[in-house]
Amino acid sequence: MAEETPWQQALRYANRADPYPFYAELRKTPVARQPDGTYVVSTYREIVTLLHDPRVSSDVRKLPARAPAPAEPGAEPITEAVIELEPNIITCDPPEHDHDRRTMTRHFFGPPHAPHQISDLEPDIRRIVAGLLDGMRGKTRIDVVDEFAYPLPVTLICKVLGVPLEDEPRFHAWIETALDALDFGPEAASEEMRSRLAGARRSVKELAQFMSGLLGQYAERPGPGMLSAMVHDGGPDGRMSEGVLVSNAVLLLFAGHETTVNLIAHSVLTLLRHPEALEELRRRPDLIVPAVEELLRFESSVQFWHTRSAVEDIDIAGTTIPAGAPIFLVYGSGNRDPERFTDPDRLDLERPDNEHLGFSQGIHFCFGAPLARLEVQAAVGEFVRRVENPRLVVDPPPYRHNQIFRGPRHVLVDIDGIRD
Amino acid sequence: MTLSATLAELVRDFRANGRIVIVGASLAGLRGAEALREEGFTGSLTIIGDEPYEPYDRPPLSKQVLKGWVPADHTALPRFREVEAQWRLGVAAIGLDRATKQVRLADGEQVPYDRLLIATGTRARQWPDPAEAALEGVFSLRSRDDAARLQQALAARPSRVLVIGGGFIGSEVASVCRELDIPVTLTERGSAPLVGALGGVIGEIAAQMQRDHGVDLRCGVSVASLEGDAAGHVRRARLSDGTTVEADVVLAALGSIRNVEWLQGSGLAAGFWGVGCDAGGRAFDINGVVTDSVYVAGDVARAPHVLYEYQFLAMEHWDNAVFGAEVAAHNMVNLEPHYRPHLLLPGFWSGQFGVNIKSVGVPPFADEIVFTQGSVKDRCFAAAYGRRGRIVAAVTFDHGKWLEYYAHLIEESAAFPPPPPGWDRPDVMKPVPAEFPAPGVPTAIPDVVLTGHDPNERRAEFRPRGH
Repeated sequence: MAEETPWQQALRYANRADPYPFYAELRKTPVARQPDGTYVVSTYREIVTLLHDPRVSSDVRKLPARAPAPAEPGAEPITEAVIELEPNIITCDPPEHDHDRRTMTRHFFGPPHAPHQISDLEPDIRRIVAGLLDGMRGKTRIDVVDEFAYPLPVTLICKVLGVPLEDEPRFHAWIETALDALDFGPEAASEEMRSRLAGARRSVKELAQFMSGLLGQYAERPGPGMLSAMVHDGGPDGRMSEGVLVSNAVLLLFAGHETTVNLIAHSVLTLLRHPEALEELRRRPDLIVPAVEELLRFESSVQFWHTRSAVEDIDIAGTTIPAGAPIFLVYGSGNRDPERFTDPDRLDLERPDNEHLGFSQGIHFCFGAPLARLEVQAAVGEFVRRVENPRLVVDPPPYRHNQIFRGPRHVLVDIDGIRD
Repeated sequence: MTLSATLAELVRDFRANGRIVIVGASLAGLRGAEALREEGFTGSLTIIGDEPYEPYDRPPLSKQVLKGWVPADHTALPRFREVEAQWRLGVAAIGLDRATKQVRLADGEQVPYDRLLIATGTRARQWPDPAEAALEGVFSLRSRDDAARLQQALAARPSRVLVIGGGFIGSEVASVCRELDIPVTLTERGSAPLVGALGGVIGEIAAQMQRDHGVDLRCGVSVASLEGDAAGHVRRARLSDGTTVEADVVLAALGSIRNVEWLQGSGLAAGFWGVGCDAGGRAFDINGVVTDSVYVAGDVARAPHVLYEYQFLAMEHWDNAVFGAEVAAHNMVNLEPHYRPHLLLPGFWSGQFGVNIKSVGVPPFADEIVFTQGSVKDRCFAAAYGRRGRIVAAVTFDHGKWLEYYAHLIEESAAFPPPPPGWDRPDVMKPVPAEFPAPGVPTAIPDVVLTGHDPNERRAEFRPRGH
């Protein structure tokens, strides 16, 4: 067996807690062809260039058909579970993308239609955060993921979309099952990962059926939230078809909290690893705004994206990406590129000119970014202010399997108490 | 002491004890002042502005302010840091004596400087007939006060607004009128709106967009005269084609005039196109020799641009004011080899008729245009401009997120036409003439102007006024 490339090593579960040394190796070849024909882009400048290049497609349907029997381990991508749905706004191109995103924006944060939609959520966010921290009173050990990072975003996204919170246990299980089955590395070929696939397909299907049912209910009887609004009012671009509506509703629900959970968990973890930064933030609460940007750069919630491909030959960084080749843009590596960020492995809450890739760039810039920022600023800011003497119990903590949506499974922290 | 140690001491001393005067208290003036402090300049700083207001942001004046969303006095520019300056607001600079290094103010005061930053910008060109311009209901739009007055006039629901001039300001105001459901006529001397800035091909799209939104658009005509009623209120305009337009609000959107009159006799290279300077913001004197103590930034500056055959560019754009001022400020408190160039790729945006128009590069430099992405029919597209086989500019209608791609191509002097996109291709992707008006054809002066140095072109004759 040939030696594994830095990219393949970065994807191994054993390296999930710290893929950065492999990214550094990877950046020596900014655009690196992998054995399966995928081109992995790891440097900031090249990522940004390709994010803005109209010869790059994000459409899953334009990905080349993969070889049915992989010649070598890791050659088989596991995107089929996603492909069963119609493309959502991350996995399609203009003009389709533009119509759909416009229609969704209309009901999310886009002035003049809904200018206060996000900012009006702040009191709710603060109330939920306060409640979660109040609930930790009397405890000496907490799990930041289960008790703090997860409940806030999931409660919020249910409210924003109009998904009943009582359905959380069901959709949580479906999403977990699907995420745990997705693997782009050498371990994809393992017995274990292969056995997860069927379950993942079933879960995605059930999640889609659940959404379809909910959208159907809203079609008959309008209710609060974005889903109902999207069913009834498409704006000038017209309403989305049912299939497109379902896949985007699934996307909003899932991406609307998973990434935020990981960001909050990673933020707390990172601050506990950098006591001087934590102390600085405690002394100067206003720093939370640039701090969240730096934390997003430091531990990006979306490490890379996997649905892009070249539609034409693209010359870049001394390489030609041939038409048809899949392209992975590794945001997590670009965010640690020393050519762009001075001393990139250092956490600097006041980092100047911090145009990170944590939300991507270009037309697929994170749809939920304004909501995520508000949530994470409130959550991390209040955690730092209120939790007395937090100490990491296990470092590194156990990680979830997923490579794209990288985050800790649990972050155990010992505490002395909760301030008012 | 060695020469370099002496120079270093000089720079240190100037940064601590020097006197800097900034003339112009708008975007470039403010950002220049902030940049000076950021650079570690702790000497005395004086900012002179002819308007009584602290620096404010102009782009909203023709949009959000006129729509009534934002009051005109709520447009103050955000401050990035303390500037600890002496502000001389509401008093214009009226003269510059470079021999004694003093700025003369309208109230007679003389303000001494060691280094001077000229950021006096432009003003709106007024309706040429003073009696007609004085009629009530005749407006121009450049300042906060202009915007407040015009907003009030629109809020009073005039029976019809006449906009004279189809540049960006005129088109944006026509758009606001339609949004407020006020009848509006727009006259443009050229073949289409925006033709000076974006050429005839895009101008035709802009024209159709205006007509679709109910603007009574009249191209190829000019306004011969304005007529008022007995009370001195404007009532109608007579056009060059013999027709008349009844209107009780008239906006003269005739482009801008650079504020250089106060520099008469200063011996600087100041004239119709602004104040000539090098790419580091150092002003040229009348002989074309660079000065060491006078700097220029913002709308009033014109400098050679490497990407455009070193022709002199005057860029009346927001980011040019910001970045030009930062570069000038840096160079004011440094010496060679620490000078920085201002090599901005020009860019601008406009909002009108529900469409976000953005551009990078210098479209009027081009001879050809090609649609590259999206749909002209939906007014959601990107187009690239080329000159002799290289890309020099791009424009987008509701496609602004792609501009960075084109900016990159322009910076690399990439081939024109650019490679086709992988999806969302326009119906026609063949380069066609961009149809910029020939020099001398009357239209509004575009926001970016090439003022030329090509030896084959006739040189502008240069006559300082008042002599």
